[in-house]
Amino acid sequence: MVERVRVTGPPRHTAASRTATRLGDVTEQTALGDLYLRSLLAEQLRLALRVIGLLVVTLGLVPLLFHLAPSLAERQLFGVPVVWLALGVLVYPFLLFLGWRYVRRAERNERVFADLVGGHADHDGDGD
Amino acid sequence: MDTTAVPGLVAVVLVSLVTLAIGTWGLRFSRTTSDFFVASRTVRPRLNASAIGGEYLSAASFLGIAGLLLVGGAEMLWYPVGWTAGYLVLLVLVAAPLRRSGAYTLPDFAEARLGSRTVRAACSLFVVGVGWLYLLPQFEGAGITLHAAIGAPEWVGPVVVGGVVLANVTSGGMRSITFVQAFQYWLKLTALLIPAAVLLAVWWGDGRPGSGLGDGEWSVPVAGHAGDGGLGLYTTYSLIIALFLGTMGLPHVVVRFYTNPDGRAARRTTVVVLGFLGLFYLLPPVYAGLGRVYGGQLVSSGRSDVLVLELPRVMLEGAGGDVLTGLVTAGAFAAFLSTSSGLAIAVAGVLTQDVTTRLVGERDGVTAFRVAAVVAVVIPLVVALLVRNVGVAQSVGLAFAVAASTFCPLLVLGIWWRGLTDVGALAGLGAGGLGAGGAAVVTLGGYSPGGWAGALLGQPAAWSVPLAVVVMVTVSLATAGRAPAHARRFLVRLHTPESLAS
Repeated sequence: MVERVRVTGPPRHTAASRTATRLGDVTEQTALGDLYLRSLLAEQLRLALRVIGLLVVTLGLVPLLFHLAPSLAERQLFGVPVVWLALGVLVYPFLLFLGWRYVRRAERNERVFADLVGGHADHDGDGD
Repeated sequence: MDTTAVPGLVAVVLVSLVTLAIGTWGLRFSRTTSDFFVASRTVRPRLNASAIGGEYLSAASFLGIAGLLLVGGAEMLWYPVGWTAGYLVLLVLVAAPLRRSGAYTLPDFAEARLGSRTVRAACSLFVVGVGWLYLLPQFEGAGITLHAAIGAPEWVGPVVVGGVVLANVTSGGMRSITFVQAFQYWLKLTALLIPAAVLLAVWWGDGRPGSGLGDGEWSVPVAGHAGDGGLGLYTTYSLIIALFLGTMGLPHVVVRFYTNPDGRAARRTTVVVLGFLGLFYLLPPVYAGLGRVYGGQLVSSGRSDVLVLELPRVMLEGAGGDVLTGLVTAGAFAAFLSTSSGLAIAVAGVLTQDVTTRLVGERDGVTAFRVAAVVAVVIPLVVALLVRNVGVAQSVGLAFAVAASTFCPLLVLGIWWRGLTDVGALAGLGAGGLGAGGAAVVTLGGYSPGGWAGALLGQPAAWSVPLAVVVMVTVSLATAGRAPAHARRFLVRLHTPESLAS
């Protein structure tokens, strides 16, 4: 198996030298790189935990709710018990929506990070 | 053989032939070792998502859920909901980083992250164990289906499925299997959708006889009953934990991620999968609802597990019923073939890397893969023929519990926490694996004491997952000096967007 190798060598004398330097900051153990990585990791982890937290307070509470109030089972909407509508139908668009929103936000976080360490021309000089 | 067997027989033969044909066609694209293992990492999100859906929707999804819903009611809805939500959890916690890690299998990931051959070996053991635990019910389900559909002896199903899978996997590897599985997703969806639509029309034509849907007991999404001291509540939550967290640890799910071009594509693929799974899982409740109205004698004779196969003939006489029966039989058979293929590829991948390459030699990767595939299929096949009545839904559920208690903590901590050490990972894998795996062995062995002891053994995830996490974290903290020096460099790679990586 060929492992994917990423080039993180010493700065080269090209236009991309800033990229190499700042990315180098992240890869090597410098205080600045540590800060960059910590912020990306924390941001992505917070995002993931938010989605999971949302799952817990929506789907996760359903069994407890029905355990405490069994009469909920008799509630109907359009002649179909509410629970079948919720767990049989509506839950799937809900999960899809959560996934779609997560991908958008995760990619936005990565763009912000890329701008930060990649130092695109218009952001040049912001960081240091 | 009587004429009622004809539609089922035609369906099984057709599905097998088309599967082999697509596999052979895929061969044209399958030339290198890289094609064999990972389809050279170039599968686009839509095709890959179809393939993942095709592989993931096993017999338990196609046949099992409808029957479980018919008998158990709304508490069984947690199975399809959990199998879908598991993909969401996988998406937010591991999808992109796992792809970026460059790991093809779970053992690869463990070795790359922790730099330990011992952890790698432990992971390989668990992958093969979980894979075989999951293959067993596929083979057994195939036996039951062919028995119900065409009256064949129960050994025929496993042998046919094993044969077709082996032919496809050994000839074309991952590349051709991708096409086969993408085709099988759409076949399974069609095979469940069209009969459902026709049968709903029949029900409408019959004057919409009372569905009994309003029956209170049937619409309670919690196991057990009031006054059992929370036992039912425990069982339901434990099942939810196993399904939500177990998906990311299934060997055939992980292997699929490496066929994505990059981490970004891995995320997008997963979202499409969420859509495909949701679409499919809308259908089993329809069969269960119709089964409530028309399938009374299936329940009373204890044959609710063949509800999907039998319902068309119960509701529709003559040629119409025959055609629909053929269609659902084809879908069921596709379900066995695709899930078994995926598992065979995953187990064979691990065996190739850790066992057969050493026997055959480094140079001939394809031969090593073929030898491994034969081992991966034949051993569970023989076990399935020797041991009968494992209980399809139960062993699938236990496979999820074992995966959730071992690979889930390893992946999540490995991806998000720098402090994980090799000793901590081993201890956690041991605790979770022995806990959940031991409970699985005891339960499958037929021991069920009832009461709390029975619930704790039958649904171990609620205690075995936290146990594994606590052990993994505590032991890692105690051995903090052993945290690999390259850990931060590795984490950088996992979380760095591709736009920066080259």
